[in-house]
Amino acid sequence: MSKRVLLGILLACGLTTLALAQEPKTGGVINAVIQPEPPGLMLAMVQNGPVQMVSGNIFEGLLRYSPKLEPQPELAESWSVSEDAKTYTFKLRKGVTWHDGKPFTAADVLFSIEMLKQTHARARNNLMQVDKVEAPDDYTVVFTLKQPFGPFLGIFEVGSMPMVPKHLYEGTDFKTNPYNNAPIGTGPFMFKEWQKGSFIRLVKNPHYYEKGKPYLDEIYWQVIPDAAARSVAYETGKVDVLPGGSVENFDVPRLSKLKDTCVTGAGWEFFSPLAWLWLNNRQGPLADKRVRQAVMYAIDRDFAKDVIWNGLGKVATGPSASTIKYYTDDVPKYPYDPAKAKALLKEAGYKGEKIRMLPLAYGETWQRWGEAVKQNLQDVGMNIETIATDVAGGNQKIGDWDYDIAFTYLYQYGDPALGVGRNYVSSAIAKGQVFNNVEGYSNPEIDKLFADGAVATPDSKRKEIYEKAQKILVEDVPVAWMLELQFPTITRCKVKNLITTGIGVNDGFKDAWLDK
Amino acid sequence: MKQFWKSMLRSPSGVIGLIILVLAIAVAVFGPLLFPNSPWRMVQRPFLPPFTLATVPLGTDALGRDVFAGMIFGARVSLLVGLVSTLAALIVGVPVGAMAGYFGGKVDDALMRFTEFFQTIPSFALAIVLVAILQPSISSIVASIAVVSWPPVARLVRGEVLSLRTREYVQAAVVTGQSNTWIILREILPNALSPVIVLASLMVATAILLESSLAFLGLGDPNLISWGYMVGAGRTVIRQAWWITVFPGVAILISVLGLNLIGEGLNDALNPRLSREGR
Repeated sequence: MSKRVLLGILLACGLTTLALAQEPKTGGVINAVIQPEPPGLMLAMVQNGPVQMVSGNIFEGLLRYSPKLEPQPELAESWSVSEDAKTYTFKLRKGVTWHDGKPFTAADVLFSIEMLKQTHARARNNLMQVDKVEAPDDYTVVFTLKQPFGPFLGIFEVGSMPMVPKHLYEGTDFKTNPYNNAPIGTGPFMFKEWQKGSFIRLVKNPHYYEKGKPYLDEIYWQVIPDAAARSVAYETGKVDVLPGGSVENFDVPRLSKLKDTCVTGAGWEFFSPLAWLWLNNRQGPLADKRVRQAVMYAIDRDFAKDVIWNGLGKVATGPSASTIKYYTDDVPKYPYDPAKAKALLKEAGYKGEKIRMLPLAYGETWQRWGEAVKQNLQDVGMNIETIATDVAGGNQKIGDWDYDIAFTYLYQYGDPALGVGRNYVSSAIAKGQVFNNVEGYSNPEIDKLFADGAVATPDSKRKEIYEKAQKILVEDVPVAWMLELQFPTITRCKVKNLITTGIGVNDGFKDAWLDK
Repeated sequence: MKQFWKSMLRSPSGVIGLIILVLAIAVAVFGPLLFPNSPWRMVQRPFLPPFTLATVPLGTDALGRDVFAGMIFGARVSLLVGLVSTLAALIVGVPVGAMAGYFGGKVDDALMRFTEFFQTIPSFALAIVLVAILQPSISSIVASIAVVSWPPVARLVRGEVLSLRTREYVQAAVVTGQSNTWIILREILPNALSPVIVLASLMVATAILLESSLAFLGLGDPNLISWGYMVGAGRTVIRQAWWITVFPGVAILISVLGLNLIGEGLNDALNPRLSREGR
């Protein structure tokens, strides 16, 4: 068998042709909301959502991903995988310069990887299977893995692995480097100024390597702390783009009805936020599988979708979102069935013991959701006490396993090995930390399946393994899966091509243009 | 006592206030018996406007919960918080003020500096901090409202006691060898009571407002519905569904108004100078 060469660039050309049905116009300024104000813009150091949303324009990764999560070229123009699936060779794009004019080369890639291993927890984790990285010449980077790692091509997106300028960061203290405040990247827009509490201004990179792009002259990211004020800012025309999650769900229908307003749920395929209830498997009534199943039957998830999320999103069927690899809906189903929930509770001998529930302190939507779920559970006879807490307090309680039911949502990063396994394998039980297996589910079979799945080849083998894992998990209900969330992006219709990839608004505005 | 009721009923504001208070208490006590359904239950489609369905006369909120049921159950929480926290504030404030006023000197200094320590902190800010630290629950809310509202009571009682303790009947009691506790409880406090009662009625109103403000900010007891919570939860949708905020808002307004009117009526009735003029 010869080398499998993926000519991603051809694919990208094909996509661009389709998108060019209408000729893009150059020029114009976009005002977008950024919520909350990011703590910084150096993507290699901080990775909160808003950080990436702004600096996804400044920095770039080697690859980006289509809505179907196929890799597309960005700083790497092509790539190939060796026959034993252990060597990945990336050819870098030539003629790319940093915003300060210095050329981007393979040396920057090598440096970025070393730096990210120190500063970026998820990148460090993603790179664990990497044995060595080498640069035979200025425009070639070769990754050699310890063993085949199926999701490897999924870790090069800008938020997961942003490229950092070696000439500005090498030998410096990363935390205090002055360029953290005025970041230099290779992206389509350059950092211009940041009026704290007011706006962040980015301007067009005139030397961008894709000819003619970006189309926009400037982007203003407006900081508006109050949700109601953000909707008003859109209505009055102060901003043109409301990225997902920046207004309350209740406002979405009203805003979408406004003239010249376009709404899309696209652009979250890579993250695929999945909401669920963490159920404490260790103690109390929820240690009984039947009680956990009763929770699934008791909750009216369609109601939550239609009323609380305004019909956006999708009822989750299990641990994987339907947008990520190896998803299957061939799993046990839990429709809304209070009678069945009651029967299961009775069978499990539940006697009305108190169950503590932690809602998520992320605003109105989540509070209302907590109230609706509480009512659902009370209706089948569960004795729920809501514990009010802030985000930090909630994280602490969850990390200390001091809860019975807790709301959360987590990103899935396109592959079960990157975003799903961490919540169910017993090696991810670590007291004091959140966003891992805090429910305390431990099943040697699941541990083995996820361990095998990460390194199995070919793809069909991985598919088989992960489908089996999903079936077992859905039967055991370690957590109660609620919804695949969709955060609608609201824009004026004159803003075109804002979202072109599975990373959405977080992937930079390089294709966006304004129709005047 | 008869005299008191007579002059109380002669003041129109007092009568209106009393009627409102009695009604509110009746709703709080008996309402939930008439509406046994939990106010958290989702009964109809969300955002149903008021006066469209007889079963949900005041419409439904963002989740389809009955606004009317919420208001009735909310009355319970609001009044309970108002009364209990005022009572707690009196239990702390009256003895502190009485001791400071009666003993004077170093005791007075110590107690008043302690009181001023609380008075220098803006009361609402302190209440927020306390509730946030203690975790929002009905008991922590009552406690924090009591903590921020006792200092005015203490200052008022101290002032009254200071003037009363120089009266001859108090001096007579001292000469006859009665104990300090006895003198404070039997001779001084009963005569200092009328301004305290007036203040207390206003404190109940303030406490209801404080609880509503806390709940509005999301610091209410998450397991109990209250008017402030309803206003806070409906605030974000006020442009689509005004009724979710307006009805509980009006309920807060009326009950606070009622308590203020009672305070005024009590003031008229208990003020010897005013009532003598009426005779």
